[in-house]
Amino acid sequence: MEAFRPAGGGGASASFAAPEAALLRSLIDQVVGLLSAPGAGEPSPGGPDGGGLDLDALPGAGEHDDPDAGVPGAAELDAMLGLDEPVSPPEDPALARLLPDAYRDDPDAAGEFRRYTEQSLRLAKQETARTVLETLPAEGGPVKLSGDQAQSWLRALNDVRLALGVRLGVTEEFEDQWQELDPLDPRSAAFEVYAWLGSVQESLVQALA
Amino acid sequence: MSAAPAEVELPQSGEHTTPDKPWVTIVWNDPVNLMTYVTYVFQKVFGYPKPKAEKLMLDVHHKGKAVVAAGAREAMEHNVEILHGYGLWATVSSDS
Repeated sequence: MEAFRPAGGGGASASFAAPEAALLRSLIDQVVGLLSAPGAGEPSPGGPDGGGLDLDALPGAGEHDDPDAGVPGAAELDAMLGLDEPVSPPEDPALARLLPDAYRDDPDAAGEFRRYTEQSLRLAKQETARTVLETLPAEGGPVKLSGDQAQSWLRALNDVRLALGVRLGVTEEFEDQWQELDPLDPRSAAFEVYAWLGSVQESLVQALA
Repeated sequence: MSAAPAEVELPQSGEHTTPDKPWVTIVWNDPVNLMTYVTYVFQKVFGYPKPKAEKLMLDVHHKGKAVVAAGAREAMEHNVEILHGYGLWATVSSDS
């Protein structure tokens, strides 16, 4: 990889080898998946995998409830009142780190804040992740980012590092943690990826600062 | 038919609604976020000059947290929303 360098208009440019591009795209994909998963206490419509069909999106859905035409169903009412919005942090610690509580010692205020902001934060993070997928060729090669795209990359790289950092249990003593691992331990490769992501993000910060 | 409510008790303005009560935005230390990135975000979000942004970043790093802004509650919640977008671990708190 060629590290990020400043480009015109507050942008930045770099170059990725094919395996690096494939790796980064895969990690970004996983973060998008993580951000699409339901949080705590929310019913998972398609079962434990959290996928599931969006019944409202199917053709013909809602066409045979004529007697109730114009009257919102329970689900619609919930949506209008914001009752189906999450009020507690996601159970998955990696997702909870991406969507943290806004109040530390006030669960009610934290829940209220989450109810009104979590969905838009999820969507914004998915949007920044998608910007990376759209600007990073799957086969690798040069990447030239506008100022806005570079900002998206900065956040998306950080989100990937946050999620991976939680999964690996990274602490301030990251270097020691890494060195103490047996090189054959599969986590050792993940630590190497984590360190690489840090160097990519660092070069982007330097290019934009 | 339902009876009209006899008396509706309006909530007394408690500590959460006192307008002149100062609120703060706190950023907590985190083992993942790069020091250069945190400094950059403070400059970008708050318009702080680099020395101030760096000092706040070092406070977060060494003391575990730092107050990065103070003001009305709504403004602090807005800050936190933006900082969460950047992946910083930020919270709102009443300054008491």
